[in-house]
Amino acid sequence: MSINRGRLRWQCRRAFLELDLVFARFLERDFDRLTDGQLADLEDLLRCEDHELWAMVNGSEPCGNDRWKEMIGLLRQQ
Amino acid sequence: MNVAKRTFDAVIVGAGGAGLRAALQLSESGLKTAVLTKVFPTRSHTVAAQGGVAASLGNTTEDNWHWHMYDTVKGSDWLGDQDAIEFMCRKANEVVVELEHYGMPFDRTDNGKIYQRPFGGHSQNYGQAPVSRSCAAADRTGHAMLHALYQRNVRANTQFFVEWMALDLIRDADGDVLGVTAIEMETGEVCIFHAKATIFATGGAGRIFHSSTNAFINTGDGLGMAARAGIPLEDMEFWQFHPTGVFGAGVLITEGVRGEGGILRNASGERFMERYAPNLKDLASRDVVSRSMVTEINEGRGCGPDKDHVLLDITHLSPETIMKRLPGIREISIQFAGVDPIKAPIPVVPTAHYQMGGIPTNYKGQVVAPKDGNPNAPISGFYAAGECACASVHGANRLGTNSLLDLLVFGKSAGESVVEDFQSGDLSLKPLPADAADVSLARLARLEGQKNGESVFEVGLEMRRTMQKHAGVFRFDNLLKEGVARIKEVAERSRRTEIKDKSKVWNTARTEALELDNLIEVAKATMVSAEARKESRGAHVRDDSPDTAEFPNGRKDNEWLKHTLWYSEGNRLDYKPVTMKPLSQDVEPIALAKRTY
Ligand SMILES: Cc1cc2nc3c(=O)[nH]c(=O)nc-3n(C[C@H](O)[C@H](O)[C@H](O)COP(=O)(O)OP(=O)(O)OC[C@H]3O[C@@H](n4cnc5c(N)ncnc54)[C@H](O)[C@@H]3O)c2cc1C
Repeated sequence: MSINRGRLRWQCRRAFLELDLVFARFLERDFDRLTDGQLADLEDLLRCEDHELWAMVNGSEPCGNDRWKEMIGLLRQQ
Repeated sequence: MNVAKRTFDAVIVGAGGAGLRAALQLSESGLKTAVLTKVFPTRSHTVAAQGGVAASLGNTTEDNWHWHMYDTVKGSDWLGDQDAIEFMCRKANEVVVELEHYGMPFDRTDNGKIYQRPFGGHSQNYGQAPVSRSCAAADRTGHAMLHALYQRNVRANTQFFVEWMALDLIRDADGDVLGVTAIEMETGEVCIFHAKATIFATGGAGRIFHSSTNAFINTGDGLGMAARAGIPLEDMEFWQFHPTGVFGAGVLITEGVRGEGGILRNASGERFMERYAPNLKDLASRDVVSRSMVTEINEGRGCGPDKDHVLLDITHLSPETIMKRLPGIREISIQFAGVDPIKAPIPVVPTAHYQMGGIPTNYKGQVVAPKDGNPNAPISGFYAAGECACASVHGANRLGTNSLLDLLVFGKSAGESVVEDFQSGDLSLKPLPADAADVSLARLARLEGQKNGESVFEVGLEMRRTMQKHAGVFRFDNLLKEGVARIKEVAERSRRTEIKDKSKVWNTARTEALELDNLIEVAKATMVSAEARKESRGAHVRDDSPDTAEFPNGRKDNEWLKHTLWYSEGNRLDYKPVTMKPLSQDVEPIALAKRTY
């Protein structure tokens, strides 16, 4: 079953502004170009808790899952 | 059109701290309870709360609820209702200890009690000295609170409808509330949630401002729904600007930073708060600190090439303290301000943060509105709690950490009221009017069919800019008057929004258009109420109502010691008295005084 882009777009709404700002940049710049495989990785990443996700994005915690690394890289890109 | 219907004892809109606390009360009492939420519960905005929750436990310094009540009334600039404030401060220890029993991992003192730290505006002995009243779980208090409450709700079998957006309130000819309409994002289907009791806990609307600490989800849906259904919004002119939003990004630096010893400095490095608030200094109430900062900037003592911000300095704290007590702050500062606060101070400006006003309720969480000469007549079947509600405990200005407390106390009391009203037979499942879903269906059909319309993004941007410019930290009569005219124009434009994407499922463009309808109601309420209030009080500070001997701080109690009620229809205003009498006979009212720190 293919992943609905609208759903992922909605799930990029997070609990605090830090992540919203990072995801807004990502949605604008990268999201439409993601392949199905990348979308599946993003879907997996979006299941993380917001604080966990934020820690990986700001680099205070290493990204513990190889599958998330590419998306974290895109989110970190200024 | 045939619309699907689901029936519950109670429906709660919102799964943040307030919604989850209310839900727990209902589910544990055996009521069939549905909780609707736009996002997964533990992704609600309560997660963002870092600083802590207030309770006069007295674990670190001597404390009691009378002092807390005094601070809250004074913080509110006497616009808070003293019955509700007494209720909240007296209940604080109970709801915090309850949370501890639900498994909330509070920080501990060496002897195992809940660790408490000082926070702006909270004092010992009626304003004498700062007190340690804030209970925190590192800088993740909201997150920990929400998780503890969510787990508890799962255990109590609360039924969650996740990624459902409530659209409109359903009222019958008597004005009683019978539930809501909602859209399931996954299918695009509209459904009626028919219930004996409806509780709104939809959170704040900080996204009406351009510079805001609030996440994108804070679109004031509950306020929009209530306003469209003819229910007034109370005291919407009062918005708290948090003193320390990261310059340029809005991201909040918690007051806990100043609690741990952070100092605000101007361009010459001066600790300027010593001049404005000699006692509490950097820990004075938020509005006082915000205005002092803007005054520094306006008088040319701001920092940076454009002298448009000030600095928050924690370089004198040990890196261990920063890492241990304020870890998140360092990352925020590096990411959004480009400075490591261990080495250099953080650029900050006052940023829109919290709405003191909201859907009018009493201390029991029942929604109230004027009827037959009673300014506070309960609306049958309707309750509200949390940031969307106005009990009113925060009055013209909220103290930090009092909001998480508000969620717990009034979430619980709204839940208790529903259970009581249920048991006493006051609530019944009234028949739905035939047109129950018509308003929502018409809104969706309008959006679907709109041609040559306005862009949701552009109209939203215009709204945010208008609010920022015309209803900011300092307010001016001419700007407010212009602001009223401009926000009405923006509101007109919002009636013609068009979306290009017409897909039925997971249509985020449609969701955002529907959210804008709600934001616009809040923006109008704010601007119109602010223009009309011709005094300065708490967070509402008018240039034409300055501090004089006759009117200390520009506050005009003889004329303006009253709550504003704004009605969407015709932007009509009404007023109602402030409750100056505490709940209990033996508690002395806190007499009007000038608010100084
Ligand atoms: C950055 C930041 C830090 C803060 N720190 C503190 C602090 O340290 N201490 C403190 O006391 N206060 C703090 N506050 C304030 C406090 O966090 C909020 O006032 C409080 O969390 C609001 O909780 P709530 O339950 O009312 O709403 P929220 O937690 O915002 O939850 C709202 C819920 O309503 C749902 N919802 C909204 N609209 C709809 C709809 N149409 N249909 C379905 N569901 C809907 C959402 O999905 C969500 O579940 C802070 C605020 C911010 C922005």
